[in-house]
Amino acid sequence: MSPVFCGIPLEHPIINASGTFDALAARRVFGERLLERFPFSAYVTKTVTLEPRAGNPPPRLWELGAGMINSIGLPNKGLARFLAEDLPRLAELPVPLIVNVMGFSREEVAQLVAAVAERDEVAALELNVSCPNVRTGLTMGADPGELAALLARVRPLTYRPLIVKLTPNAEDVVAVARAAHEGGADAVSLINSLRGMALDPASGEPWLGGITGGVSGPAVRAVALAQVHAVAARVAIPVVGMGGVARGRDALDLMRAGAELVAVGTESFRDPAAASRILAELERLDAGFGPSPAAGSPIGR
Amino acid sequence: MSASATAQPAPPPAPFGRRLAAVTARERLGSYLVLSCLDGEGPLPRAGQFYMLASGARWGGGDGERPFLPRAFSALRGAVAGGGVELQFLVEDVGPGTRRLCELGPGEDLALVGPLGTPFAPPRAGRRPLLVGGGVGIAPLAILQDELGPPAHALLGFRDRRHAAGAALLRDPRVSTDDGSVGHAGRVTDLLLAELEVAASELEVYACGPPRMLEAVRMLCAEHETPAQLALESGMACGFGACFGCVVPTREGYVRLCLEGPVLDSARLETALVAGAAD
Repeated sequence: MSPVFCGIPLEHPIINASGTFDALAARRVFGERLLERFPFSAYVTKTVTLEPRAGNPPPRLWELGAGMINSIGLPNKGLARFLAEDLPRLAELPVPLIVNVMGFSREEVAQLVAAVAERDEVAALELNVSCPNVRTGLTMGADPGELAALLARVRPLTYRPLIVKLTPNAEDVVAVARAAHEGGADAVSLINSLRGMALDPASGEPWLGGITGGVSGPAVRAVALAQVHAVAARVAIPVVGMGGVARGRDALDLMRAGAELVAVGTESFRDPAAASRILAELERLDAGFGPSPAAGSPIGR
Repeated sequence: MSASATAQPAPPPAPFGRRLAAVTARERLGSYLVLSCLDGEGPLPRAGQFYMLASGARWGGGDGERPFLPRAFSALRGAVAGGGVELQFLVEDVGPGTRRLCELGPGEDLALVGPLGTPFAPPRAGRRPLLVGGGVGIAPLAILQDELGPPAHALLGFRDRRHAAGAALLRDPRVSTDDGSVGHAGRVTDLLLAELEVAASELEVYACGPPRMLEAVRMLCAEHETPAQLALESGMACGFGACFGCVVPTREGYVRLCLEGPVLDSARLETALVAGAAD
């Protein structure tokens, strides 16, 4: 189970979902043991934008029965400080680095891609296209034409692998994935969180400072499986599958549906080392040592 | 007053990953439960540090099918014991997560990550500590009183007699209750104001409690130019800086309470009223 992903050799197929593990903060909290037992085979950064962002006003979290809603708003220190302060320290991680970027126009994305891709510390880039293009008003990753135009602008800027992170809030995810492939993307990753909201039980007003947020965790797992399955069947480039992965079984499902790599997100909040446990469970299942899954319907059991 | 609290070495790192700790005792204390467990790995928590807690089994399926995320709890006490660290937490049943924790007893496990966060700092030179706690927020003041020793006098406020039973966790506290059933009838900040009026320049205040109490403490201390260290609470998913969900506004912008806090110097805050925190 040592995949070569977009030409990058990896020790195993489990990585992190962008924005769900701050390796620099975790190193501060857990010390050097984090590096000795680093749970991911590649590290994906939180989204970097051109300008610094404070993020959304709190409250930012809502708990669900099988997951959560977050309305974080992509806080980050901006491209210049990311390159100067964070990237050299992230390069000390024992795994390849994938930098996730997002711009509010094609030009912004182009600036981000050009600046990040020229750094030797970077193995690949992931494009967060789950935001509206302020020029056209269309979510770049929800519209195949928008995405094609974006890739036409940024693909020629780098030879480094480009991964397009697809939003599940699109009418036709397969069409967007095709546009990514045709536009020269090296891989797609999915699913991002699903738009959701919660009301303050006392006031009946939206609870989250950002009004709506992204639903993640086991609640979205079946949606992720369906979208990964649909995209992997129709697009030839590698797929990074994610969405509610909490056990080795969930990772195996996504791989059987066509994912080459699997990302762990929300489960890392519950246990920072969850990805190591999930990998161990996946390896046992893969070697045939896991509990044999019961055949047939889970209904009624 | 100096701009920031006394510098101190960073606490030792927490073990990486969630671990199980066997519950060794549960003791009723009025409205509260003192939950003790044996953590085989350590290190000892410092006063003000917290752990993310869940039950080792059956976490979920309560009201609204919750809980899903672990819950942040300040260490009430920690001591080296029996090949590890005995930890105590103060729990009040206020929702599906705390309810599940209240069900745990010896023979069951807590799942925990920690110790996490930035602890209280020692008092500035020439000042003696005054501890101000409200409700379940008295928990970090117990371990703080152990650390600081006899000069650390405590003022504790509770809703009523049932809650005021928690005062037994600290040494020689002065107690107030909202309903007047125990001690001073009124707010714990009434007791604080009386202390500040005679000794503001000799005190450093350490406070933990509900947001409105902390905001009253912050304002009183600001008026009297008395430094204060406030242990805040904010909804947290992870406790180790990953989710960015627990941010609170400070004079230098949003900070992640799990990393920069939970103890913040009051001089950094324009308000201690944290959006979304329980009353």
